[in-house]
Amino acid sequence: MLNRIEVAQKSPATDSPAHRILKAMREDLGLPATIAEAAALIRVYTLEMDLNPADVERIGHDLFCDPVTESYAVNAPAAIAALPDFDWLIEAGFKPGVTDNVGRSAREGVADALSSTGRKLVEDDKVYAGRQVLLKGKLTRDQAVRVATTLLANPLIETWQVMARADWDAKTGIPAQSRKVVVPHQPSTKTIALPEDPAQLQKLSDEMLLALTLEEMQVVRAHFADAAVQAERKAAGMPLDPTDVELEMIAQTWSEHCKHKIFAADVEYTDENGKTETIHSLYKTFVKAATNAVRPKAPWLKSVFTDNAGIIAFAEGWDVAMKAETHNSPSALDPFGGAMTGIVGVNRDILGCGMGCKPIFNTDVFCFASPYYDKAVPEKLHHPKRLMKEVHRGVKDGGNESGIPTVNGSIVFDDRFLGKPLVFCGTGGLIPSELHGKPSWQKSIVPGDRIVMAGGRIGKDGIHGATFSSIALTEASPVSAVQIGDPITQKKMLDFLLEARDLGLFRFVTDNGAGGLSSSLGEMARESGGCELHLDKAPLKYAGLDPWEILVSEAQERMSFAVQPENWEAFRDLAARRDVEVSNLGTFTDSGRFECYFDEKSVCRMDMDFLHDGNPKMHIKAHWKPPVHLDPPAASLAKRDINADALQLLGALNICSKETWVRQYDHEVQGQSVVKPFMGKENDGPSDAAVIKPLTDRKEGLVVSHGIVPRYSDIDAYHMAAAAVDEAVRNAVAVGGEPGKLAALDNFCWPDPVESEATPDGQYKMAQLVRANQALYDICIAYDLPLISGKDSMKNDYGKGATKISVPPTLMVTVVGPMPDAQKTATIDFKKAGDLVYVLGTTKEELGGSEYFAGLGAVGTAVPVTDFAANFALYKKLFAVIQQGLARSVHDCSDGGLWVALAESALGGRLGMDVNVALEPVGKLELEVSDLALLFGESQGRFVVSVTPENAAAFEKLLAGSAFSLVGTVMADNALRVRRGTRTLIDTTVDEAFTAWRKPLDF
Amino acid sequence: MTTKPRIAILTGYGINSDIELAHSFNLAGGNAERVHLHDAIDGSVKLEDFAILAVPGGFSFGDHIASGRVFANRLRYKLGDTLLRLREKKTPIIGICNGFQVLVKLGLLPGTEPASFTQTCTLTYNDSGRFENRWCYLKTDANVSSVWLKGLSQIYLPVRHGEGKFIPGNPELLKELEANGQTCLRYCNADGSEPAGFPANPNGSTGHIAGLCSKDGLVFGLMPHPEAHVLPTQHPQWQRDGQKAEGDGLQIFRNAIEYVS
Repeated sequence: MLNRIEVAQKSPATDSPAHRILKAMREDLGLPATIAEAAALIRVYTLEMDLNPADVERIGHDLFCDPVTESYAVNAPAAIAALPDFDWLIEAGFKPGVTDNVGRSAREGVADALSSTGRKLVEDDKVYAGRQVLLKGKLTRDQAVRVATTLLANPLIETWQVMARADWDAKTGIPAQSRKVVVPHQPSTKTIALPEDPAQLQKLSDEMLLALTLEEMQVVRAHFADAAVQAERKAAGMPLDPTDVELEMIAQTWSEHCKHKIFAADVEYTDENGKTETIHSLYKTFVKAATNAVRPKAPWLKSVFTDNAGIIAFAEGWDVAMKAETHNSPSALDPFGGAMTGIVGVNRDILGCGMGCKPIFNTDVFCFASPYYDKAVPEKLHHPKRLMKEVHRGVKDGGNESGIPTVNGSIVFDDRFLGKPLVFCGTGGLIPSELHGKPSWQKSIVPGDRIVMAGGRIGKDGIHGATFSSIALTEASPVSAVQIGDPITQKKMLDFLLEARDLGLFRFVTDNGAGGLSSSLGEMARESGGCELHLDKAPLKYAGLDPWEILVSEAQERMSFAVQPENWEAFRDLAARRDVEVSNLGTFTDSGRFECYFDEKSVCRMDMDFLHDGNPKMHIKAHWKPPVHLDPPAASLAKRDINADALQLLGALNICSKETWVRQYDHEVQGQSVVKPFMGKENDGPSDAAVIKPLTDRKEGLVVSHGIVPRYSDIDAYHMAAAAVDEAVRNAVAVGGEPGKLAALDNFCWPDPVESEATPDGQYKMAQLVRANQALYDICIAYDLPLISGKDSMKNDYGKGATKISVPPTLMVTVVGPMPDAQKTATIDFKKAGDLVYVLGTTKEELGGSEYFAGLGAVGTAVPVTDFAANFALYKKLFAVIQQGLARSVHDCSDGGLWVALAESALGGRLGMDVNVALEPVGKLELEVSDLALLFGESQGRFVVSVTPENAAAFEKLLAGSAFSLVGTVMADNALRVRRGTRTLIDTTVDEAFTAWRKPLDF
Repeated sequence: MTTKPRIAILTGYGINSDIELAHSFNLAGGNAERVHLHDAIDGSVKLEDFAILAVPGGFSFGDHIASGRVFANRLRYKLGDTLLRLREKKTPIIGICNGFQVLVKLGLLPGTEPASFTQTCTLTYNDSGRFENRWCYLKTDANVSSVWLKGLSQIYLPVRHGEGKFIPGNPELLKELEANGQTCLRYCNADGSEPAGFPANPNGSTGHIAGLCSKDGLVFGLMPHPEAHVLPTQHPQWQRDGQKAEGDGLQIFRNAIEYVS
């Protein structure tokens, strides 16, 4: 039985969602106000359950309708009440089986409303949420369809319909529709013969979306052809050929996403001089080696590279965990759902780290093409503006609804991110160093422990996510790879997990991310040496899933536990009280095998050693030939209007204010913030990094920062990577972070670097990857900076051949570190007229890869080269300066160079300045550095610092030996004056600069 | 030795500001305990045993359907009698952000006499259509007698909501609330003057109203987060103007604790 309730606003004054739709129609689709005249939003709830009319009425009245602002209609349209003279009606709702969070909460509300009647909801009683938008204006049908498909609904996951007023029946409106999932399929397990013919074998991999190479398929084939394996299978009553469960599990375990095969490969690297060397695993040679080299100086490292996140000591009795992930491919297809699963997914990494950490902050960094992109967007991709809005909305809702503050991040623009946006999501967590007398980062599993899954149910959502993200995005990318997060289900699980942890009710926990149960239990079974998993015991969203689908589904909001048999009942009872579904799916064993059963029948019997270590090593060639770029002609540079360029630069997308977007994140929940994303006189000066004080009764702080400069890869990925690390460390130091006590996380996002028909320039891209790793190693050693966790995403391309779009090779570096005293920090804003303005660090003629050159359409030649020794020495001195309270403001110089850092400091304090850049330290005295390089060059390792005249002597004394100089004064007036000697270069005002900087992304 | 008053901080189902709210009450001299709504409903924890009840901020049930609605309905259907008894006992009750939305939708704010579950006002979408985290100046109405706001005139707190626009059921009701001193907290400019609109009034609230209290002043709800400004370093300009002795929000919690002590 279906009942449909429509809820409308009584007055347009409270229909702000409709106002935003109208705004987007006008601004994003360019429809004039005469065509996009008015809009109204109607919320639609469909109840699929037996109810008497009085109860339906009461549910409409008590649950769905606000008596002050809304009206509702049962099994009749509310359209006339909402917008009497509408011309078009658009209705949208999720496709059956897609996570419907509003529908789920509404079902709980319905259950509560019926509780007094004694009517209890059963499994099959469903509630679906949808929405209807009414439009008034002379739209063509095509325009209405465009509104429906590019603004209101994502056709990938939602159904939609557009109806003209003339076709609409005022009596019936849109009839109620069921969205119940019916899978007319009897679950079964297939046996799959592996053909000998290479072409056939590869075809099998492609058709099953296994994403395994021919060589890997041949290794799998050889394994199942092995006499010993066959004998064992025969004895156990298994077919000799692999089952689909087994093949899917191998494909998931061996996926690039989970196995990081490129970072583990043997690389034959030829440098620019033709010298060739073989690198056995980039990961071991550079990433792990850097941490191992720093480890003796970093006794505060607790757990690195082994768990879901890295763990470091924070304050006495407390540790901090940190992890950053990417969710690029899902975000390209369904930007809202993809980005939301990105953030709630990385939250689970923290929940599943050690014995379960409490998430205390999120970070996010996005890379998009320009929202003003005006060329055709390739098939299946979203326009960058929509992508940006929806990715932002996904991360915002995911973080805000989970009660985790978003404290740090950025948005980077480059049109090559059209093919795949990069969506980095990070989470930090807090955990007592010891729990129940044991270090909290340690965990183990004993044979006999129960396999327990907690949280959401399993559906077809997210099947093949791990293998899908390991291949390039094409028009044929699978719909099932998309998931939508459910922050409230996860929040309930979070609360439950921490409660169960403190009661000591489990022995091991990890998250279900990419690869689902296959991945989490595959890893967990290594702890005990095997497992016996009963897939038919797993709770499903709907019937009809094959066993292999249950095993690899990436349905969200799930964690896997190992629970001691004696704790199972207490664990289950607490879960019931916290409204968290938990299921006992079997037992951990020491059989050496991963065994799955379905209805008591064995469907998977995998040797654990083969599963985890059987995949062949890749061999990849890399050849570094430095690219040739030119600087813009000197004559044209000499003619630039520097004052106009300076204002233009403040409005560049990579430099301008992101406040409109950042304000929509809750950045203060949990009450820890000390340095917020925006500080300064009007709360709009962008901070270099975040400082939080997670423990209310202690003074220690935690600094969180990041660095990212993809543009420099165009010249040399070595310097891109070095600058990304330097920027992250520099940002941390700018707010009082302690050099030598910081820890870093590396997130590589690369285009496919393996040479093939689709990637003819693979050797160059692989060489870029080698060079970025070399830089990462070199700078981490120089900065005593251990890497504690990392991730790589290696197939960030769209399409093939001539239409291929590859992202610029990107390393995003996150830095975290404890601060002895959270109050010993600094912010970017100038504080008081009369304070002295210093520049710290050396400016060189380095405009290559700069934001300024990018604005001129040029790459240039001289990429900023990071001077490790000079910078690290300076950072230590600046730390001492901040500890002693000698800096009134500190701001790092990055995109846009010294001018932008000066301008942001002035804007943040709403104060003027008078600065002479002739006084800047420029390294060699004889070297003539151009005006443009002095102002806009992006030499690394520099800061703008303001100091009171009284403190100047003490400040200068602490900095002795490093490059620094006094360049000017903070002024009380509104003028921003920058000169070189007596020659005025920039003469503008705080107001003018503010407008240029604030406007471009304020939509 | 006097025992500290016990404060019940409701939690669960997406509430997320419970820990810092408990901390704020403790800083103010109380003994705060987080009580999962489920445990209050099944009776394993009795709300009548507490001197103060607090409904914190968050996204209860994801704010789906409307902010606070599902949580409010669950309270009404499952704990309605208990809440009415707390009102009879004159137990101070505070709702912050999502908790305020819950109390308004429950009908406990601005409230009827005697207390009932009749919703007379609402909190709905911000005019901007957006969730925003933004600091706001607030001032108390001159005729306010709520125990929660004793001694306070102007304070600075963050808002963090997408549905904070106050709308009274009808204009006469607003006049009555104003006359009763129930429109106790309003958004204002830094100098205390009336805002011209956004951003000083962050959501478009009627009369710039940010908080309400019951006629007896014991039930108090507000959209801004006093628990997010109890420490001096939570102020966004603490590095410019120097640190205050304490955050502006702390006095609100101290007032309630002094009242019940």
